[in-house]
Amino acid sequence: MFENLQDKLQGVFNQLTRRGRLSEADVDKALREVRLALLEADVNFKIVKEFIARVRERAVGIELKKTITPGQQVIKIVHEELLTTLGDSAPINLGGRSPHVIMLIGLQGSGKTTTAAKLALHFRKSKHNPLLVAADTRRPAAIEQLKVLGRQLDIPVHFEDSSVSPPKICANAVKVAKSGAHNIVILDTAGRLQIDEALMEELNQIKVKTEPQETLLVADSMTGQEAVRVAEGFHKQVDLTGLILTKVDGDARGGAAISIRAVTGVPIKFLGVGEKSSDLEVFHPDRLASRILGMGDILSLIERAEDVLDEEVAERSAKKLLAGKFNLEDFLEQLQQIKKMGPVTKMLEMLPGWKDMTRAVKDTDALSEENMEKQMKRTEAIISSMTTKERRNPKVLNGSRKKRIAQGSGTTVHDVNQLLSQFRQMQKMMKQFKKPRARQNLMNMFDGFR
Amino acid sequence: MFGFGKKKISDSLARTRSSVFGQITSLFGGGEIDDELWDDLEALLIQADVGVETTMDLIETVRQRVTREGVTKLADAQSILKEEMQRLLDGNNASDFDRERLVTVVLVVGVNGSGKTTTIAKLANYYQRQGRKVILAAADTFRAAAIDQLKIWGERANCTVIAHQPNADPGAVVFDALKSALSRKADLVLIDTAGRLHTKYNLMKELEKLRGIAGKQVHAAPHETLLVLDAITGQNALSQARHFKDSVAITGVVLAKLDGTAKGGVVFAIGRELGVPVRFVGVGEGIEDIMPFDSKAFVDGLFG
Ligand SMILES: Nc1nc2c(ncn2[C@@H]2O[C@H](COP(=O)(O)OP(=O)(O)OP(=O)(O)O)[C@@H](O)[C@H]2O)c(=O)[nH]1
Ligand SMILES: [Mg+2]
Repeated sequence: MFENLQDKLQGVFNQLTRRGRLSEADVDKALREVRLALLEADVNFKIVKEFIARVRERAVGIELKKTITPGQQVIKIVHEELLTTLGDSAPINLGGRSPHVIMLIGLQGSGKTTTAAKLALHFRKSKHNPLLVAADTRRPAAIEQLKVLGRQLDIPVHFEDSSVSPPKICANAVKVAKSGAHNIVILDTAGRLQIDEALMEELNQIKVKTEPQETLLVADSMTGQEAVRVAEGFHKQVDLTGLILTKVDGDARGGAAISIRAVTGVPIKFLGVGEKSSDLEVFHPDRLASRILGMGDILSLIERAEDVLDEEVAERSAKKLLAGKFNLEDFLEQLQQIKKMGPVTKMLEMLPGWKDMTRAVKDTDALSEENMEKQMKRTEAIISSMTTKERRNPKVLNGSRKKRIAQGSGTTVHDVNQLLSQFRQMQKMMKQFKKPRARQNLMNMFDGFR
Repeated sequence: MFGFGKKKISDSLARTRSSVFGQITSLFGGGEIDDELWDDLEALLIQADVGVETTMDLIETVRQRVTREGVTKLADAQSILKEEMQRLLDGNNASDFDRERLVTVVLVVGVNGSGKTTTIAKLANYYQRQGRKVILAAADTFRAAAIDQLKIWGERANCTVIAHQPNADPGAVVFDALKSALSRKADLVLIDTAGRLHTKYNLMKELEKLRGIAGKQVHAAPHETLLVLDAITGQNALSQARHFKDSVAITGVVLAKLDGTAKGGVVFAIGRELGVPVRFVGVGEGIEDIMPFDSKAFVDGLFG
């Protein structure tokens, strides 16, 4: 319900004139929305309170700008404060003596084993020589799970019988690493509750025996209010050095990250973004902040676009777009570019409000990756079957031409007509953007986040 | 009766009681019914993951009743709150586990790591002890060593596990499990599925397929589809329940890991919005650590 904070704030501030300073009452009205958004995102109640107080102090009395709306101004402050709380991403500490021991700990089911494999792959990619250690002797087949992952990645796994105590297994693993020239040792420990004294003591014994450089809490991004107590519990008893947030590929807003950061102060090191071993991302505070505020992952999208799109092509089509000269030839070129960006649905998910939209759509089939891909392929086939003349000037397309194109692309005349009407609609939309007002609005949308 | 984890339950509820919800009791312990009470209540419910919307709604309802019914005693206000909270949990449909039928099929679903496989082991043990013949279907063919995990539990619970090779078609596993349930005259089949985020379109489609396969083979199967929810989960649980309900029509929730410090308050929101009831609670990693859910006991327990 609070999917788009920006829209909400816009609503709150719409009644205001855009002159003078932000009043206390206005700020409070806006912050009520911010508070709700943060609570909906699972940021801990007490942390939200402190946070709101900080933003309030900064926002009250600031001078209103002409370039951006008051709503965007408040969001900007909120965003900045969130960034401060989230902190910068930090690399894994590889200082000190080799082998560097990295210990992964956390509640049951938070994703430690999968993360261990991801980290190992990450290090191997950067030319390190990691050793995985199966130190979860409690959960049935946990050792086997790590062994399978190790085999898949061709990364060695140290394991012993499940009757051996985890501290001993870990100590042995460090010896094995030394003799085997492994410079990184990743300990996959059993999941445990922070209130389980015996098991927390076990972690300390592992620490004493292996002297890890990093003790990373692996936490589920779907965690609720209790994140505070869990993180505090682990931090007090075993001194965390960092945090890895998992299952970020879902739709959880991830407010727990704020809570954990606020009570432990340790940096967030990585995000787990999928089930595959390569699905590990370096943490970007700005993206997570936008996500927590429910504003989508615009930055990721922009970055991805920058990564894979051909700048020249993009600029050319942008110019044509604005000049109203965008034709089917350009459309084809764009399609081919978009395809390079990966699964379309994954991209769309990064857009703010997209999830709300899909929830409203009854026929979710139409939005499936499969369907979108089919649609794109069909479009591509149709345009490819046109002559250059037809692409540049679709108006020449009469009945017999359409029939020929349908045949050539393995589609129907109906499909061809559909595409043409879509294209016309698109052109109409583009004309809207030609109006300076609309363009300014579009620019404004991104301004708040610079 | 079955000797499972009774002590543990009261332990974990005691812990819950002494924390957030215990404070609610003390809130109602003295003083007056005033704005401060409602504010404190709001704070406490939100901190139990009940969620803003459900919390506001609950408080509003209780406030109105307090005014309408002319309640002045805090104790009476507390009973009203309890009543309203319990009402949210009492999804009307009764459990379908125990109906007389040839074979009862239960599909167990949920996000990664929520506690599905362990819950299945506990349920297997629970029903075997009641004299039912249980078969487990290892339809998580995706996660590394998931099949081995279920096999170990099957041994401990003393029931047959139908499994294929890793990465085999989960539909084929379900098919085989049901076939063998019919031929061995087993009366309960529990299907373990791979953990999946509810936002993954293709994976949800795959679940729907499993459902279809079960339905073709056994009349009206699956008879129960349980969403296993980690009690630590915050508001995202609502999105999980929504999606899983849309695609595989979940009939109940199992609230796992209630032995931790988390309250699992989001089940109130799930009850309110979706009417999906909680069927069982998980209270530990052992095979006996499961209890049928009792909404009155749950709410009472929260209030001490
Ligand atoms: N403390 C506690 N731990 C639990 C409970 N239920 C499950 N667990 C633990 O949670 C972890 C994950 O449980 P699994 O049963 O493997 O979860 P899953 O949903 O099958 O996981 P995937 O198949 O990987 O998605 C294991 O370490 C279990 O021992 C519970 O009620 N309390
Ligand atoms: Mg499982």
